Amino acid sequence: MSETEISTIGRSVLRKEDHRFITGNGRFTDDINLPGQTYAVFVRSPLPHAEVRAVDTSEAEAAAGVVAVLTGADLAQDELGGLPCGWMITSKDGSEMKQPLHPVMAVDKVNYLGEPVAIVIAETLLEARNAAETVQVDYRELDAVVGADKAQSALQIHAEAPANTCYEWELGEREATEAAFEQASHITSLDLHNNRLIPNAIEPRAAIADYQPGTEELTLYTTSQNPHLARLILAAFVQIAPEHKLRVVSPDVGGGFGSKIMVYSEETATAWACMRIGRPVKWCADRSEAFLADAHGRDHFSHVELALDDEGTFLGLRVKTIANMGAYLSSFASSVPTYLYGTLLAGQYKTPAIYVEVDAVFTNTAPVDAYRGAGRPEASFLIERITTMAAREMDIDPAELRRRNFIQPEDFPYQTPVALEYDTGNYGVSLDKALEMSGYAEFSARQQQSVSSGKLRGIGISCYIEACGIAPSQVAGSLGAGVGLWESGEIRVNPTGNVTVLTGSHSHGQGHETTFAQLVAARFGIPIDDVQVVHGDTARLDFGMGTYGSRSIAVGGSALSVAADKIITKGCKIAAHLMETEAENIDFDQGEFKVSSSNLSKTFQEVAFAAYVPHDYPLDELEPGLTEKAFYDPANFTYPAGCHICEVEIDPDTGCVEIVNFTAVDDFGRIINPMIVEGQVHGGLAQGIGQALLENCVYDDTGQLLTGSYMDYCMPRADDLPSFNVDLTETPCTHNPLGVKGCGEAGAIGSPPAVINAITHAIGIPHMDMPATAEKVWRAIQEKRGA
Amino acid sequence: MELFEELEIALAREEVWAMLVDAEILSQCITGCETVERISETEYTLLLGTSIGPVRARFTGTIELTDLNPPESYTMLGSGKGGVVGFAKGSAKIRLQDRTVAGKTGTLLSCTLAVSVGGKLAQIGSRLVDVAARKLTTDFLSRFVALAEK
Repeated sequence: MSETEISTIGRSVLRKEDHRFITGNGRFTDDINLPGQTYAVFVRSPLPHAEVRAVDTSEAEAAAGVVAVLTGADLAQDELGGLPCGWMITSKDGSEMKQPLHPVMAVDKVNYLGEPVAIVIAETLLEARNAAETVQVDYRELDAVVGADKAQSALQIHAEAPANTCYEWELGEREATEAAFEQASHITSLDLHNNRLIPNAIEPRAAIADYQPGTEELTLYTTSQNPHLARLILAAFVQIAPEHKLRVVSPDVGGGFGSKIMVYSEETATAWACMRIGRPVKWCADRSEAFLADAHGRDHFSHVELALDDEGTFLGLRVKTIANMGAYLSSFASSVPTYLYGTLLAGQYKTPAIYVEVDAVFTNTAPVDAYRGAGRPEASFLIERITTMAAREMDIDPAELRRRNFIQPEDFPYQTPVALEYDTGNYGVSLDKALEMSGYAEFSARQQQSVSSGKLRGIGISCYIEACGIAPSQVAGSLGAGVGLWESGEIRVNPTGNVTVLTGSHSHGQGHETTFAQLVAARFGIPIDDVQVVHGDTARLDFGMGTYGSRSIAVGGSALSVAADKIITKGCKIAAHLMETEAENIDFDQGEFKVSSSNLSKTFQEVAFAAYVPHDYPLDELEPGLTEKAFYDPANFTYPAGCHICEVEIDPDTGCVEIVNFTAVDDFGRIINPMIVEGQVHGGLAQGIGQALLENCVYDDTGQLLTGSYMDYCMPRADDLPSFNVDLTETPCTHNPLGVKGCGEAGAIGSPPAVINAITHAIGIPHMDMPATAEKVWRAIQEKRGA
Repeated sequence: MELFEELEIALAREEVWAMLVDAEILSQCITGCETVERISETEYTLLLGTSIGPVRARFTGTIELTDLNPPESYTMLGSGKGGVVGFAKGSAKIRLQDRTVAGKTGTLLSCTLAVSVGGKLAQIGSRLVDVAARKLTTDFLSRFVALAEK
């Protein structure tokens, strides 16, 4: 079928955006050049923790081509606000979280390695770089607080945060959980570190700012996942320009994985500097800067205990986590180890009593915030590890133990003990399908083969759940969110009958321009090529909340679905007038408005034309035009869930782990484009397996970043990964019009525990912290053999 | 990183000691050392050009001699700033003992070196710093012996 044929939902339509990307016609922030533009380079702290005693910019200011050298003190003079955190967390004692000022550039103290101290602006990038090298900063070095696990007893970083503690949060029933543990016949416990990750989007962050003094309008082109939120924060909190005079444009963006949700120092300083010097300013991070200053992910230290009865029924789960916030609270950092983590600790199971405590701590490391999965991978890793450990300790098959504890289809809607109400799911079906696809029953035969060739073989299961479609605004607001979490959608049917779709979601690799076009084209019965999706520009759309938390289809898609309903309702009225009948006699189907029990009909295009050329039109009842918009606020989160099974073979002489089979069966509800969904699963699995086997952000004891380039930070590559074995099950979401759940993060959430469950199975040890590098695996094998 | 080296020198302890506190001798022994200036009895400033893996830099640094116990031991504290490439800090504990070398009274020089780096040097070159520091040290020692036994 060609792309111009009428599309239907559920078909793997090729991505509309790929043509421009593979022909070099994408338009990314760094592709934008403005007349008279200047180039910015940041002077960054080489120390993780130090007093700034003086910043001498005189040599830099005198250097060739330099337009301006601006420091944190200049920013403070202009009374710019700090960068805020948008989610207030309340500690268990009722106090609000500590939110130390996060300055756009450091003034008298630096708190993490790479923190911007000055911005150098010059006629060329090279001149800016050269001049930046001559800025002399006099630092007085302080001891650095590095590990989150030791932060609470280390040197205090911020005056506002005693014991470097941001908040001490809890969720669940402490007494009920204690009681459950007293009745337990078996308790499994585990201490783990969920390794710190660096996001590594393929396009580094960038910004170019342009100020028009005549109209006082500031335009910031930048790599944001949510341009409207960036505008809101820059206007309301940083107060760089009022909202109606600030335009934020996110053109093509090459990946984000969460790291481009945040409003950062560099983009903010670029915009401010542009207004200050009266010329456009461009900044594009190099890869080294991305390693230092993009918000990192994960970095939890956790202690978890699971209480079970004789039969392996879960009685209670108790968790204590220390979460690293880094040096400052990034835009949404506080929500990640709380409402995106603690609320997920029921997993797929009917654990009756759960209690979780989370201490968030400051350290002299880069800020930590959302990264693909954001809190849910940490929850899923902990639950799926402890479940497998318990199964092995009790000599119950890990698949069977899970099955015994699943929330059953008849239990939905299911209220968990940790705030969420799951609307629907069928976990047994996903497990069964994954067991069959992975050849679980025949594993021991394959294991024998491996043993006979001197290898170790293991298999690991993970039955994850996550919460997507973020989020019902009132629920989020009651939990501390500073914003609403609806989404907007607008459909403009043009006079010639083709359609412009505007969405507040933002695509930075997800393929919205295809999925959303497919959704609208199918609804109107028009060719997908007649639909153009517009996103990422505050001047073109009303408002949007952006893309993160796998929310685009569930919230943004639903908004478009509601807008499409409104178009059809109005179209029926217009068609009824044209065919001299009543609107209730009109059926809209496959692009035609038909009069029931008659052969009269008008095409979608004819009705669109009549709306804009209203010569024969019910002007006393209807306005001309055919444009509708909707703001959709979800009734609940959506709950994608599934089963991932990983099988590994390990060479005991080298410790090298080969993933010989990886099966993922996911329930994302209804699917619009199976190819795009499969692509999302593949990408998520690659990142999850990357976390499990390879990726690890390491600061040394003094707070220097040792994994600051691709020489030392190991990203997964094609040859590290098997050909994935993926399939779907489907329980449609019950509360959105499309029955969709979201698929963007599931791969990264479900896969890490499956990999570690497989490796620990192969070696015969209870646990191994990620990443399971060859060295770590080899040492574990040696130790096991020595024991 | 930490590093331990020792070697024999066919020169009496007092003479070795005199060389060890001579800025001119020290500057000849440090690879890439462009200038050394003595600013006090025990402090020197120096300019050093070096490359560590992909990172090339000129360091402006200071060297301070502490724990002076002539003619037996001292500690050399060094720190250098390489501008945007970051910084390096280190200490070398030097110890001299009598040792018969080639039938005559000579000296056994032992050196314990500790080095740490920061900034871009750590971010990109940390895995290469060990190699560079080891090379700097062995070069220093071999040149020092050559000068001493000349």
